[in-house]
Amino acid sequence: MTNFPRFTPLQRTLHWIMAVCILAMLFIGVGMASTVAPKYLTLVDIHKPLGILILVLALIRLAVRLRSGAPPLPANLPEPMKLAAHLSHYVLYALMIAMPLIGWAMLSAAEYPVVLWPGIWLPRIVPQSASLHTALWNAHFYLAFLFFAVILMHVAAALFHALVRRDGVFDAMAPTWTHDEAAPVERLPARP
Amino acid sequence: MPEAPRSTPRNALGSLAVIAGVVAFSAAAFAYTAGWFSPDRLTPQKLVDGFTGPSGPPLGHRRNHAKGICFTGVFESNGAGAELSKAQVFVKGEYPVVGRFNLGTPDPNAEDAKVRVRGLGLMISTPDGQEWRMAMIDPPFFPVATPEAFHALQIASASKEPDAMAKFAGAHPEIAAFGGWAKSAPWTGSYAEERYNSLNSFIFTDGSGNDHAVRWSLAPAAQPVAVPPDELAKRGANFLETEITDRIKSGPLRWTMLVTVANPGDQTADPSKAWPEDRRNVEVGALVVHEIEAEADGPCRDINFDPTVLPNGIRTSDDPFPAARSSAYRISYDRRTAEEKDYPRTATGSAQ
Repeated sequence: MTNFPRFTPLQRTLHWIMAVCILAMLFIGVGMASTVAPKYLTLVDIHKPLGILILVLALIRLAVRLRSGAPPLPANLPEPMKLAAHLSHYVLYALMIAMPLIGWAMLSAAEYPVVLWPGIWLPRIVPQSASLHTALWNAHFYLAFLFFAVILMHVAAALFHALVRRDGVFDAMAPTWTHDEAAPVERLPARP
Repeated sequence: MPEAPRSTPRNALGSLAVIAGVVAFSAAAFAYTAGWFSPDRLTPQKLVDGFTGPSGPPLGHRRNHAKGICFTGVFESNGAGAELSKAQVFVKGEYPVVGRFNLGTPDPNAEDAKVRVRGLGLMISTPDGQEWRMAMIDPPFFPVATPEAFHALQIASASKEPDAMAKFAGAHPEIAAFGGWAKSAPWTGSYAEERYNSLNSFIFTDGSGNDHAVRWSLAPAAQPVAVPPDELAKRGANFLETEITDRIKSGPLRWTMLVTVANPGDQTADPSKAWPEDRRNVEVGALVVHEIEAEADGPCRDINFDPTVLPNGIRTSDDPFPAARSSAYRISYDRRTAEEKDYPRTATGSAQ
């Protein structure tokens, strides 16, 4: 099983941390937008710093990806699937970086504060503008659903590789250590 | 491990079912979180829609407190508030403010003499880059105890059933006190003669980390003069805006900011109940209004006076209203800014 090339441990770590952050972010986003309860404020207070964290992680991840590259897809993967894999990764990277920036700019355009932490307010990155706010709001709203849809496709494809094709594509990013990375071999989960 | 076996067709079907199940479950969880399966959830959209009268929403305007006029000035902090909160706004000094006098109505063309509740939105900016925003009104307590009751009030008010309001009052007896205030409190002829109250409770944190539950008010320097509403009606539909624009010409307008500190055990969750009169008041400074500007091109137009925009040293309490107001104000802001063309700016090349 370890013959397949894998993403580096740093890439895998970033991937799984960001997976948790981004899923939490999307659920917090649709949740906070649909309630007047006091948890609205708690969710907003998480949404803003978590978005900035995702932006920072995404930029680090992009740099790491440009340096370390990615394992090649299996040669026998049909071309349309290869194309879908490549395109969806471009879209995911674009959204990971764009969504926080759009949110930050949207708040700026409305002259809302971007509070990272009590007392830590980020600067506004665009001037106040009703029309700009509307454009950014629409982008943030619709891209969030696109983001979630692409993630669902990504999950479906990953599971397809893991369960049906068993071609090593899932293992390349799986949250497990390979033999030469993990200290005690016993920690490896049993594989079929 | 032997060569990785491809799934048998039967296994593949099972695997595909697993994948479909994971995707369907995730999508359903997302939709549930978004409230799509919870038609009874009180959403900010419902609260904002609750202000819409039969003639539709006031396009381009705030969905409530739709009629207003901008002002600018300063908050003169006297330093006394530092005992209660470490926010920079309570360090002795002068801080710029943008604000808005307004009427509690969803109709931007309402006649001033017909609107019982008058309000004041305020944003104080401090050099540390933080802001304190608030939206206050002139009754001494709020009509209802919870956001859910407020939405029920919206529904009862819009209802054509003759006993809708009586039923509502039966379920929410706190409304009676507000009704009493609306009937008996004197009307005045000026925004400058009103006392504006936070009503909601907030928590101030002082420099030593101690919390203080507070409410606050802006008490006018101008002497209130009672004028009967039928007398006010003769002054024209916009007499409040005309009056305040004239009054500012003879000098700045002032309000004293009084912070009322709760005693231990005072409830903070219900703004429909005022605290006893003897609670300690700390005079923390004064709002000084220097300039009045029409809203269409004024600096308050595109400001959301969201009462949860608070500097470090002030935070929300267990009062559920600020969160509900924030979520609803946000919707109002999103909608009205998207309708900018329906509320044209009048001045060409305005400073806005």
